[in-house]
Amino acid sequence: MTYPIGMTCQQLVELVTEYLEGTLAAEQRARFEEHLAACPGCADYVQQMRLTIRAAGQLAESSLEPRMREALLSVFRDWQRTG
Amino acid sequence: MPAAEPCAGPDQAALDETRLVAALRAGDEVAFVTLVERYHAGMIRLARLYVRDAAVAEEVAQEAWLGVLRGLGGFEARSSLKTWIFRIVINTARARAGREQRAIPFSAAGEAWAAGAEPAVEPQRFRGPDEQWPGGWVSFPPSWGQVPEQRLLAGEVRQVLSEAIDHLPPGQREVVILRDVQGWTAHEVCQALEVSDANQRVLLHRGRSKLRRGLAHYLAGE
Repeated sequence: MTYPIGMTCQQLVELVTEYLEGTLAAEQRARFEEHLAACPGCADYVQQMRLTIRAAGQLAESSLEPRMREALLSVFRDWQRTG
Repeated sequence: MPAAEPCAGPDQAALDETRLVAALRAGDEVAFVTLVERYHAGMIRLARLYVRDAAVAEEVAQEAWLGVLRGLGGFEARSSLKTWIFRIVINTARARAGREQRAIPFSAAGEAWAAGAEPAVEPQRFRGPDEQWPGGWVSFPPSWGQVPEQRLLAGEVRQVLSEAIDHLPPGQREVVILRDVQGWTAHEVCQALEVSDANQRVLLHRGRSKLRRGLAHYLAGE
């Protein structure tokens, strides 16, 4: 097989987001996947991007402090009273 | 009847929002708490883009809730409830930052292009044009394979990631928070921030790439 396979590693890391977003053109997507199948370094890289996104999604679940909850409830009750 | 769906589709989400809005207008406290639990943490995170002080960001989020309640009568569901609420947060935070003369001026669209090339991975990680296999990894990125999933999602890593997000340039931070932390669609982000789809993707790409580097540094000493 001749180098580079589909694209270079340096090109691939710049296309990861478009790949994950599904916005690559079909031909480019095929070259991306061809490279990915042959290159363990890039396969790891893409997997790490997926893990990063998943870990970021976990940050949303921070719980509400009771103090804050009370403060917001009083905003709500004030609003109800005054319309 | 179809089998139970694995997750709520957009129609179900819209229905859920319509119910919540109706309940809120009727003064239902439970509906309010539902929304607060869903969005408040994200609102504070977003407000911190404009006002650096954490306590001020909390005040902004609180003020935005009042804006939400007062504006409910005029909410016409042209945008989703979520985008509408976050737009109120952005406006409230911008006004507050302006009042305090500490506005952090930026335009997400400007940022997407102004900085020029901003590589996802440092160029020295790749072989030069005169070497064998130009553009290939000098050495593969150290694997995170030994890192258990639980550790990745646990306390310390959360902290590392959270700090990495705080250090992103404002436009990248805004897009990453909305897309990856809050789980918005690309379309919703473009609407709320008034950026093009292409600019949204550039900011997302740069932001995510930096977060991966931050985690790689922490997890694998990369």
